[in-house]
Amino acid sequence: MPAAAILARFVLLEARRSGLPWLVGASLAAALGLAAFVSQVALTESIALQSAFSAALLRACAVFLVALHVAACTVREVNDKGLELMLTLPLSRSAQYAGRLTGYVALGVVISACFALPLLLWSPPVAVLLWAASLALETALVAAAALFFSMALVQPVPAFAATAGLYLLARAIGAVQSIAASPLAEPTLAHRLAQWAIDVVALLLPRLDAATRTEWLIYGAPSAGAYATALAGLALYSVLLVAAGLFDFHRRNL
Amino acid sequence: MSRDERPLTTVPGWVWLALAACLALQLVWAGMRPGMSHRAEDLPPPPRLAALRLASLGEPEALARLAMLYVQAYDLRGANDVPYQDLDYQRLVAWLRVVLALDPKSEYPLFSAARIYAEVPDPAKVRVVLDFIYREYLKDPNHRWQWLAQAAMVAKHRLHDLPLALQYADAIDRYTSAPAVPLWAKQMRIFILEDMNELQAAKVILGGLLASGSVKDPAELRFLERRLEELEARQARQAKGGKESLH
Repeated sequence: MPAAAILARFVLLEARRSGLPWLVGASLAAALGLAAFVSQVALTESIALQSAFSAALLRACAVFLVALHVAACTVREVNDKGLELMLTLPLSRSAQYAGRLTGYVALGVVISACFALPLLLWSPPVAVLLWAASLALETALVAAAALFFSMALVQPVPAFAATAGLYLLARAIGAVQSIAASPLAEPTLAHRLAQWAIDVVALLLPRLDAATRTEWLIYGAPSAGAYATALAGLALYSVLLVAAGLFDFHRRNL
Repeated sequence: MSRDERPLTTVPGWVWLALAACLALQLVWAGMRPGMSHRAEDLPPPPRLAALRLASLGEPEALARLAMLYVQAYDLRGANDVPYQDLDYQRLVAWLRVVLALDPKSEYPLFSAARIYAEVPDPAKVRVVLDFIYREYLKDPNHRWQWLAQAAMVAKHRLHDLPLALQYADAIDRYTSAPAVPLWAKQMRIFILEDMNELQAAKVILGGLLASGSVKDPAELRFLERRLEELEARQARQAKGGKESLH
């Protein structure tokens, strides 16, 4: 078995032995319970409401759990000098980084699959499958971001805050751009500069608002082109984060 | 008890006492807190669409439905003899409009408008809601015709405004083009002009909607069944009152 795969297996083993499975179960229970509650107070579209509400909540839970787990594990390993010990092994830094990331990506895939299962109660299987694949890629991106920030900042709170900030900004940037481009706004120089700055920030962010859409679950699967574009954007940004992480890890003097 | 924990007896008595006292105090404090009730006049103006889009973080479908649950909590019958008597209908319609703009495919705002907020005894409020339904219908006639059909029924039976009912019926015929729109909806003008009472008309519309598969949601089916029963009971009461006055 390649060294990176062994490392990935250990990452999964660590996740299984931590409280993560309980948190996944608690998230599922909370989503199902709250969905049942909102369906009781809904006067119409109760099925769509359950599907949309559960999907939105589970998506947030998946991202939160993966980001926090990656940040906590990585920072603990650095602080316990486990990473230094690993670097004494005859393994390249790239293989070590890739092995860890593969484990976290696999963890995201497992969580995404678990979170997609209850959605089958309310939405067609094809739509749920597309949603789950998109969520898996989204959690892979978050894992790559959390690993990068954890290695670079080496403190859990700043690492998680940076990951959460990147994620939330990436999900809101479309709405921010449309607010900035509002025709009601005064066309002053300051406004144009602000709009330009927002457009520049948007260039540096993935379009997370186009991925893992609840719309797919309640109004039908997206077109192949739109789906492929959304996922390609996520994949491209994940690779960018991995490259940035490898760059930082290789030049780090441990 | 795990190996990381010491026995309970090692906890000092005053810590036990403090924990129990604080818990009891919290329960009493929370029990004394008055329950939150949404009064109709409390309905605030809706946020701007851009602000809602930003707050949704790319989940407009979920936020639109949660916003409808929030709006419907205001004056939902409550303790009023007359439903929604205190609700500011201009604000209400502004909320419905912004929620519909957030998720234009959602039927919740138009369902609430046609089936709940339009069925109040105040003609001025009814006209505000019917105007909202008509304007929103014009934006997507092929998917929103059933709410205008209901609006036409309300205009005829609640407002007794036959020209308005006919205007809505004609609009359904004129602007819908999808094959999924049933024939009875396109020919609504005929049975608006027929001498049907409200119950008969409601049964015709509901039967037509069920046959065309437009109503599938279990919560909506339950609501419509309950509404038909209420209508039947009201008609029976009116018939009984009419006979007694004759005697």
